[in-house]
Amino acid sequence: MNISLSITKSIHDWLYNIMPEGAASIVEMVLIGLVYLAIFAIAGLFLVLLERRVAAWFQLRIGPNRVGFQGLLQTMADALKLLSKELTGTVKADKFLYNLAPYFVIISSLMALAVIPFTKEFHAFDINIGIFFLIAVSSIGVIGILLGGWASNNKFALIGAMRSGVQTISYELSIGLSLLTMILITGSLQLSEIVEVQKSGWLIVQGHVPAIIAFMIYMIAGTAETNRAPFDMVEAESELGAGFHTEYSGMKFAYFFLAEFINMFLIAAIATTIFFGGWLSPFGITESIPWLGVLWFLGKTLTLVFLMMWFRWTFPRLRVDQLLTLEWKYLLPINLVNIVIMAIIVWLNLTIQI
Amino acid sequence: METTTINNNFKSEEYFINMGPQHPATHGVLRLILTIDGEIIKKVEPDLGYIHRSIEKMCERDSYQQIVHLTDRMDYLSSHINNEAVCLTVENALELEVPDRVKVIRTIIGELTRIASHCLWWGVMGMDVGALTTYFYGFRDREMINDIFEETCGARLTMNYNVPGGLMFDIHPNFVKRTKDFITHFKTKIPEYDRLLTGNVIFQKRMKGVGILTREDAISFGASGPVGRGSGYSCDVRKHHPYSALDKVTFNEAIKTGGDSLARYEVRIQELWESLSIIEQLIDNIPGGEHRVTTKAVIKLPKGEFYQKVETARGEFGVYIISTGTKSPYRLKFRSPGFSNLSLLNHIAVGGKIGDLVATMATLDLVIPDIDR
Amino acid sequence: MTNEALQNLIGSWFPNPEAGKVSEVEVVKVSETEDDSEEKPKAQEPVNPSLLEFTKEESQFLNIIVKPGQLHSLMSQLKSNEQTHFDYLFCLSGVDWGEELGVVYHLESTSHRHSLVVKVKTKDREDPRFDSVCDIWATAEFHEREVLDFFGIKFSNHPNLKYLILTEDWEGFPLRKDYVDEINMIVK
Repeated sequence: MNISLSITKSIHDWLYNIMPEGAASIVEMVLIGLVYLAIFAIAGLFLVLLERRVAAWFQLRIGPNRVGFQGLLQTMADALKLLSKELTGTVKADKFLYNLAPYFVIISSLMALAVIPFTKEFHAFDINIGIFFLIAVSSIGVIGILLGGWASNNKFALIGAMRSGVQTISYELSIGLSLLTMILITGSLQLSEIVEVQKSGWLIVQGHVPAIIAFMIYMIAGTAETNRAPFDMVEAESELGAGFHTEYSGMKFAYFFLAEFINMFLIAAIATTIFFGGWLSPFGITESIPWLGVLWFLGKTLTLVFLMMWFRWTFPRLRVDQLLTLEWKYLLPINLVNIVIMAIIVWLNLTIQI
Repeated sequence: METTTINNNFKSEEYFINMGPQHPATHGVLRLILTIDGEIIKKVEPDLGYIHRSIEKMCERDSYQQIVHLTDRMDYLSSHINNEAVCLTVENALELEVPDRVKVIRTIIGELTRIASHCLWWGVMGMDVGALTTYFYGFRDREMINDIFEETCGARLTMNYNVPGGLMFDIHPNFVKRTKDFITHFKTKIPEYDRLLTGNVIFQKRMKGVGILTREDAISFGASGPVGRGSGYSCDVRKHHPYSALDKVTFNEAIKTGGDSLARYEVRIQELWESLSIIEQLIDNIPGGEHRVTTKAVIKLPKGEFYQKVETARGEFGVYIISTGTKSPYRLKFRSPGFSNLSLLNHIAVGGKIGDLVATMATLDLVIPDIDR
Repeated sequence: MTNEALQNLIGSWFPNPEAGKVSEVEVVKVSETEDDSEEKPKAQEPVNPSLLEFTKEESQFLNIIVKPGQLHSLMSQLKSNEQTHFDYLFCLSGVDWGEELGVVYHLESTSHRHSLVVKVKTKDREDPRFDSVCDIWATAEFHEREVLDFFGIKFSNHPNLKYLILTEDWEGFPLRKDYVDEINMIVK
């Protein structure tokens, strides 16, 4: 059995056969765009459902199980409901920025999704600065949150936006530095190459102690980056009502909501790619069947997503000053020391190669 | 009025927000006018009256049997204990001796009510600090108590089980068995509460050293219940002025000296154990006999003033009746624990963050209909 | 401390100049029975050695009736004196006695565990005013605001005297006996 993921290749050849080169590449881009939009929507809706089922499991409940098989269509129904809702807003809101904000958030996460390698051939945009691009693009999202909170003309939303700014800017550092630690081993920013390097052992194995520390810091910072509990300072429903999206309704709210889940997926996907070998199977057991890579990738990612949900449903929320203390007084110094240790390990060739 | 407008003289960096009357953390329709500098609370000014029903005025026209039913609607989480307070006042005034059976049943149900109330408090307390899962754990156990109540008196929340002179009905035959089942069940669940929330490092950091209330301030602000006892102030009415069957049981008054949010939290968790122990001491020894002493259809209290205090889940609840000898009181005042406990919120929340205010308010365990009578 | 000892002690703080000759404080006859519901005319009692009026009639606590002018000094003494040490104001209620408006303070000492009731009354229904006890017991701040809402009794030196429960434009004082609201009140 050797089914390769060469559907993309055959479509590519076919398109170039029937039309001129320029038109073909445009059509190709549009097609890829549509595919990724579909992935975005389906992944978002599925993750919302998953979160609800996981939450129910933690909370001695059953969760949505009526609409479709095991509630699979529940979130679809919710999305349809949200589509039909009136888009409300405050009278004195800055209308332009208010309407722009959700698109910032959703487009930044969509752009980040494009560089994630699902498997060797299912990888829309493999640039040589992959990780740098991911970090850069995902930090655009915070502008949307800031704009949304500011433009809503609501004090609760504004407090949420202020917190978001503080939080995201701080935790960007930890994300960047913990990924940088791992890049010392790979020597490349290109995601496909990072995965190739891991054929001789996942990076979390290769880098052993400092890699594990980097992974823990990355998961903490990543949870903070996606504004999820225990770092959901931005929403903090018991403190701020709904935080920055207090004044958003209908589909605009849904954009924020979906983006949160896609960001969670992205954080987990980056962790899978950097620390857990991306689409690679453990010990190369399914190396001969490349398309299984997608399943390995999704399996690893969803495990990490589950870990983040576990955090969310068992931890209380931090206070805003404790959040900053954690970052600036603990994570950042540990991270800097960790980079030096990793550099020494790489220099002395102490990495574990299987 | 002298000063009717909202105080406008704040500094340029401060701003105010309305927390409530529709806000998840105020557990009802409490409105807090917060003066804030960035995230730091400068002043908390409660504004009440959104569900004030003037129960005290209604009591002035109602008969004593009717008044009992109104007290359910004040602190609905300790409805049984509120009922009991009015019944005790009337019984004391009439010098009516109720049977031992009534006293014991009242105490058992009172303690079950306290456990149910603390379960709910624990759930929403967790929610207020961001741990949503606690809510369902708390409600799972509270549900069992509500089922016991439902079987005995038909109601789950506003029970109306007490009447002046005794109880409305006798207990259900299953009552003793189900209560014992609950005790065995709940004894395994309190440690679970601790594992889920109490020991959590984030929770400890959020609670420790936050919202500190000294013993002197607690007394001065009239704090009672777990709020007072968290400040090391021995204020348990059940100890100092025992009523019903509480003089027959031995229990420890839960006192912590920390004075912070964590101390108030720990007091309530310990009270769960103490309440279980009180129920255990009584449940096997419910004396036989009548469940009610017949009173006149129209109860007229002798002329005079009567005061009775009881310990609800929130603290000291007092009923002050001035009677002129007619069928309804001339003046009736409810001293509700929440009202005094709310008055100290400004004192302990100033200087903290918004998150601290929410956590502190959760440890005060305010029930708004109790404050807005 | 027993009620009688309390009565002697507190009474001696405010000696009655008219009864100044009496060196030791007489104990007013306390009627323990509650059946005689008629209040005795004050003239028939022996000359009160104190400016305060003590009564234990029809109540489980010792009652002190104090004139508005002496309220604050009595209250601060009750709290600061080591022997009385009433540091816990557990109930503060406004009462409309028909002609008179007044406030009833229920006090308890957390160290001695004795209780006391202090009553203060005024006949002025237009502008009733007492001294605030906020500086003695912090809990009084809210309770006095509640009394202001429902009885229209004002408190001097209150730090923040404004309506707590009612809206600012509310007319009348709902818990007064002469309050009428034909729409919202169901009178039987």
